[in-house]
Formats: sequence, C-alpha cells, structure tokens
Amino acid sequence: MSIEPIQVETDVLVIGSGAAGMYAAIEAARAGCRVLLIDRSLIGRGGATVMAQMTVAVALGAEGPDHWSHHLHDTLTAGRGLCNEPLSRLLCEQGPACIQEMDAWGVGWARKDGKITSAFAPGHDRPRCVYVDFLNTGPAVSKTLRTVVHKTPGITRKGDLCVVDLLKVDGEVAGATCWHAESGAPVVISAKATIVATGGLTRLYRRNSASTNMGGDGYALALRAGAPLIDMEFVQFFPIGHLAPRLIGMDPIMWDPFRYKLGGRLLNKDMEPFTDRYGVPESGKYVITRDVGTYAIIKEVEADRGSPHGGAYLSFQHVPAEKLREAFGPVIDRLAENGIDLTQTAVEVAPIAHYHMGGVAADVAMRTEVPGLLVAGEAVGGANGANRLSGNAITEAFVFGCEAGRTAAARAKAMTAAPAAGHAARAAIDLIRSAPPKDMPNSAEMLASLQATMSDDVGPLRTGEKLKRALGAIGELTTALGDRPFGDAGAFDMQRLDWFDLRNMLTVARGVVEAATLRTESRGAHQREDFPEMRPEWRVNQVIRLGDKGLDITQAAASPLEVAAQ
Amino acid sequence: MTETATLKIWRGQSKADGRWETHAVPFERGQSVLDGLRWIRVNTDPSLAIRFSCINANACKECMMELDGETVYACTARLEPREMAVAPLQNKILVRDLVTEIAPPAERFAAPSSPPPQAGAGERKQEK
Ligand SMILES: Cc1cc2nc3c(=O)[nH]c(=O)nc-3n(C[C@H](O)[C@H](O)[C@H](O)COP(=O)(O)OP(=O)(O)OC[C@H]3O[C@@H](n4cnc5c(N)ncnc54)[C@H](O)[C@@H]3O)c2cc1C
Ligand code: FES
Repeated sequence: MSIEPIQVETDVLVIGSGAAGMYAAIEAARAGCRVLLIDRSLIGRGGATVMAQMTVAVALGAEGPDHWSHHLHDTLTAGRGLCNEPLSRLLCEQGPACIQEMDAWGVGWARKDGKITSAFAPGHDRPRCVYVDFLNTGPAVSKTLRTVVHKTPGITRKGDLCVVDLLKVDGEVAGATCWHAESGAPVVISAKATIVATGGLTRLYRRNSASTNMGGDGYALALRAGAPLIDMEFVQFFPIGHLAPRLIGMDPIMWDPFRYKLGGRLLNKDMEPFTDRYGVPESGKYVITRDVGTYAIIKEVEADRGSPHGGAYLSFQHVPAEKLREAFGPVIDRLAENGIDLTQTAVEVAPIAHYHMGGVAADVAMRTEVPGLLVAGEAVGGANGANRLSGNAITEAFVFGCEAGRTAAARAKAMTAAPAAGHAARAAIDLIRSAPPKDMPNSAEMLASLQATMSDDVGPLRTGEKLKRALGAIGELTTALGDRPFGDAGAFDMQRLDWFDLRNMLTVARGVVEAATLRTESRGAHQREDFPEMRPEWRVNQVIRLGDKGLDITQAAASPLEVAAQ
Repeated sequence: MTETATLKIWRGQSKADGRWETHAVPFERGQSVLDGLRWIRVNTDPSLAIRFSCINANACKECMMELDGETVYACTARLEPREMAVAPLQNKILVRDLVTEIAPPAERFAAPSSPPPQAGAGERKQEK
C-alpha cells in the first residue's frame, strides 16, 4: 500500500494554532500574504492557550501608573540573570499594543469603572495582570483569535496535520512534511517562510498541566533542521497541582486562585503544617513562593511524611461553607460532582510540570539561525531566563506571534516562489509510509515510562546520579523505538502517532537531561541538590545543537541590554 | 477489594465492518471514561484510536463519543463499575474506532486518498 503524498504550496506556513500561531497568521495575512495555519489537533483548541485560566501580564498603566521598563525589571529579576534581554524587552514593550488590540477584537478583559483592571501576581511590583472573568482568560483569548482568523482574508486553516519534519532545501527551511491523521497520508507543504508555534514540552512529565500536543515537537523539529535550542534545563513546576482524589472537568492548576482568595493550609500526612521546616511558617495565608513550595512538598514526601498519593494535603476545612460559596460559586458544585466537599476533606496536591523557559534560539525578529525558519510563543527560548513570571507566557505568545508574522511576510514578499520540495521531503515521506517493524513494543506504555523517568529523575530537584539514571533510561527507550514507525500506516493510527511523538520527546528529553547534567549549580527552576549554590560563572546560556553523534552543548554569555530606568 | 469497569468498545475502520471488543479496566472512584480508555492503551492495546488532547480541562472538545447511546465528552463522563458501551458518534464520518471527523469542513484537509464515506453510514453491526 502506498499512499501518494499530497503537495500544497503557500507563502507563509504557520505550525500550531495557539495564541502565538494565530497571532502570527493574522499579522502575515494583514501584510498581504497567503497563510496556511495548521495544527495536529483542532484549530485553536489543542494547546496551552485554550487551557490557561488566570492572567496576562502587561504594563498597561490603565488603573495606576506603570511602564514597560518596570515590567522588564521584574521579568529580568525573576529570570535570575539568564534572560535574553532584547527578547524580554520586546515582550514587555510590545505587550500593551497586543493587549489593546485583543481588547478591540472583543476579548473582554475585566474592567472596573470602564478601565481594564489588573490583578496583583507574585513577582510583579504592582498590579499588572489582566484577565477575563478570572477563570476564562485562555478560552476567551482562543475564541477571539479564532474569530479574527476566520474573518481575515488570506488565511487557510487545516487541522489534523501533524508536522513530522521541516523541509530543508539548499540550507533553508522551505515548509514541512506532515502526517495527515485522518487518512494517514503524507502531506508536503512548500512555503516561502515557516513559523514554528508549537508550544512547550510539559507532556514529558507524568504529572503536568499539558495537553497531549505538548511533547516539545517544535524543539525537535528545529534541532533536526539545524537550529540551536537554549536553556533546555529550565522547566517550570507549579507546586500545588491537583493530585487526588481524581477530579475531572477541571484543570489541575485550579487551586492557585483558591489560595489567592482563601489562603488554605498545606499539611503533611499527619495533618500537621510542615512548611516552617523549610523556612516559611504556615500562616493560613498564601505567601509561599513556587520554588519553596515545590521544595517543601518534595522533601516532606521523601521523609515519608507525604499524603497517600505522594504529595501534601491542601485544606480549606477551616473555611466556612458560605465563604467558599461566595468566593467560587459554581466551582463548588463542580467539586461536589467530583465528591469533594472542601469543608469535610482536604485534597492532595503535588508539583506538576507547567511551562518551559527554554526553547529555540531566536532574535527579536523571531528569526532562527536557519533562513526561512521562524519561531513564536512558548517554542521560543530565552525571554524568561531561568524562571518565568506569572502572566508572561500569554503576552509572549501574542508579541512573538505578531513579530514572527511580520518577519515571515517580509521574507515571503521578497521571494517569487517557494523553493521546490524536490527530494527534500523523501525521508519524512518514507517514514510516514513505512511498513512497521516486526516487533513493536507498546508505544503508549513507552510514553508512560518516559514520563515516569522524567518525573522521578529530572523533576524540580536534581542530582548528578538521578540525571545519569534518566539518561540511561532515555537511551534504552531510544533503542526500543528504533528507526521504523510502529502501527499500520492507516487512518488515525495512534501507534504511529505515538512513535512520531516519542521520536521528538526522546530527543527533547535528552536535551533537558544533558543540559541539566552540565549545569553544576542551582538557579531558578533548575535546582541541583548536589550543587545547591547559584554560581556567578554559570551566568551563561547553554546552547544545544544536533551533531553527528548526538547533542552538542556549548555555553554562551547571557545577552544583556542596557535600559535606562524610566 | 478492587472493582472493575467493563468497557465494551466499538472498533473498526468502516461503519459497515466493525466489531465490539470488551476490556476490563481496574476501577477507581472519580475516574473518567477517558481514563479507562487511556488505561487500555497503556496496559493492553495501544492500537485503540481515541481523539483527545486536554485530558482534564474539558477545553479541547475533541473527545466526543457515544456512551450507552448518549453523546458525551469521554473526559467528563464518569467511569462506573459496570458494563459500559462506548461507540463513535453515529452522525459523523467514521475515521477509526472511536474517532470521527468532527472539525468544521473548512478546517478539514481533503485527502484524495482517504476512503469515501461508507454507504449505509449510521448503521452499525452489533453483536449481541
Ligand atoms: C493549564 C495551563 C494554564 C496556564 N495559565 C497561564 C496563565 O494564567 N497566564 C499565562 O501567561 N500563561 C499561562 N499558561 C502558559 C500559556 O498558556 C502558554 O505558554 C501559551 O498559551 C503558549 O502559547 P503558544 O501559542 O506558544 O502554544 P500553544 O497554545 O500550546 O499552542 C501550540 C499548538 O501547536 C500545536 N502543535 C504542537 N506540535 C505540533 C505539530 N508537530 N504539528 C502541528 N501542530 C502542532 C498544538 O496542537 C497546539 O495547538 C498556562 C498553561 C497551562 C497548560
Ligand atoms: S479531552 Fe479535551 S474536552 Fe475531553
């Protein structure tokens, strides 16, 4: 059986339809280009954007004085010396324009007295975070951008197209080869400019706030196309992700707003407060920072004082029912449907993987080292350094998407035609159509095993020994994966999809582990128990390239920026 | 005591030619039907096709299927310790197993090589 590859041609190809991809598509189309916006899932639904619940950081200065330079100052402080400062500046400086544009498009930022209102979030020096209805930010952002994408002439949208490899013609990226999930057929897209907006990698971990599309595809695609990655060791964990009892219909990071409003108490298996052991007494108020919270819970579990499922208890039992209802109304009913009565039971929480600071290296025009290849959103590394400030991720998606769209359009308009794919797509087409190997291990089980390794050995607290063990496990899985895709090459073949996912995830996981192994210090989201100090000589970014024998890692001084304080 | 949920799942690549398969899944209170289907993929049969991405948040709206004849989101439908019949959406074109074409037509890539919709779509062979 040989399914003929389908050939398509466009000016600008945008891979991924989160906030970054949709903004990029709109911007490139406004500049007069034909845009093809594709996603491995449904358009505008498969990524982190639609799941984001809380806030978007931006120095609007609508309610009180603020300026992007203050936002930048806070962003650089949180990034612990590793930010690519020109990128951070771009995020902070251009944020307000994008937020205003989203407002004009009708996203519905919450207002007070007619002005867009901002919430205060940890790490910001003043209230700076806009939101929609508190728990509806992501869905509103996605819906608004989907509507604008529909209305903008020149944009074609196609779902169920999973990019397997970027097309490289004469040293430049010239589109992508995709696996069409619905039919199993290969699809070759030729483009004058290609934007990777595929989001982050948190699916690498067993407990995460991710969707199944966040396996770090874009990082692996860029690496294989010759573009370097930076800061891959910096994975952000969220300390109080929901752990037990099983809670459905709600995202696991939902307890954060509860803690902001109601405090709550973090307790160990004996129902005793324990955070004082780690320097923060339990006061019933939400003062513990993400890194300390994560550390305290993990240490308590290691000392055999964790909750039954391996986390801590979060208790609101001391909060009267009326107060709970007043603060969270319908959410209390959804909890009741899950058999959870907060006045009677404490829930179990534990750190979960949430966001990736690292990513593809890019300049302020979103160009990578490889001509024709641009990046946007969480796929870009560097703007947030060693630790991201809350609310910066969605701003980053808007601003970087907008810039990438503009740069892609300029490149496309200067070219007469997209380079012909010729034989460049051959290897990817052969993979997509390949007959399966004789022995196929269970692909879903392999995925679960990789997630277990990453969670157990490459979590928030690392040691050289654990990282070494992880590298061993990744090596074994890579051998088991082999070079021939599993499954039958038919329509919606999940084993084949798992194989493509594992191919990317194992490469990206190796990048995280090798970079973490080399960084013999603790900084931001990367904590080494065997090297607990932050060291000045490590104020460098680690750059990863794909070499002949695996990954090559080099160190480069972080890129500073002189900004005059306003 | 470990309880069991029995998932009776419709499998096949064309509506005219499918079969029901029964899988026993360890039951834990509070789990979703999607949890059960994912358990099957990891533990017994990775070839089972399901469409989903957000797992918990009920945000992607991809996991629609029929549970005992009713249209549900598999990620919010509760798993129960009894036999439950899970089938693809009747009114959509079948792709494979529990996966149907759910995207708006303009967002669907027309692959010339994909099989045309089966005559008599909507009928499903049921083994009693
Ligand atoms: C639960 C949750 C809550 C969050 N809350 C907040 C918050 O309150 N504030 C904040 O600032 N940030 C928050 N974040 C982070 C923020 O949502 C993300 O960083 C941001 O939305 C990323 O946008 P993006 O467009 O870069 O990627 P995404 O929105 O993740 O989109 C990437 C898209 O690429 C597609 N894709 C991936 N691989 C491929 C491939 N190979 N081929 C084709 N398509 C592909 C995916 O299907 C997906 O649709 C949250 C994240 C999560 C998970
Ligand atoms: S898995 Fe996303 S809505 Fe069900």
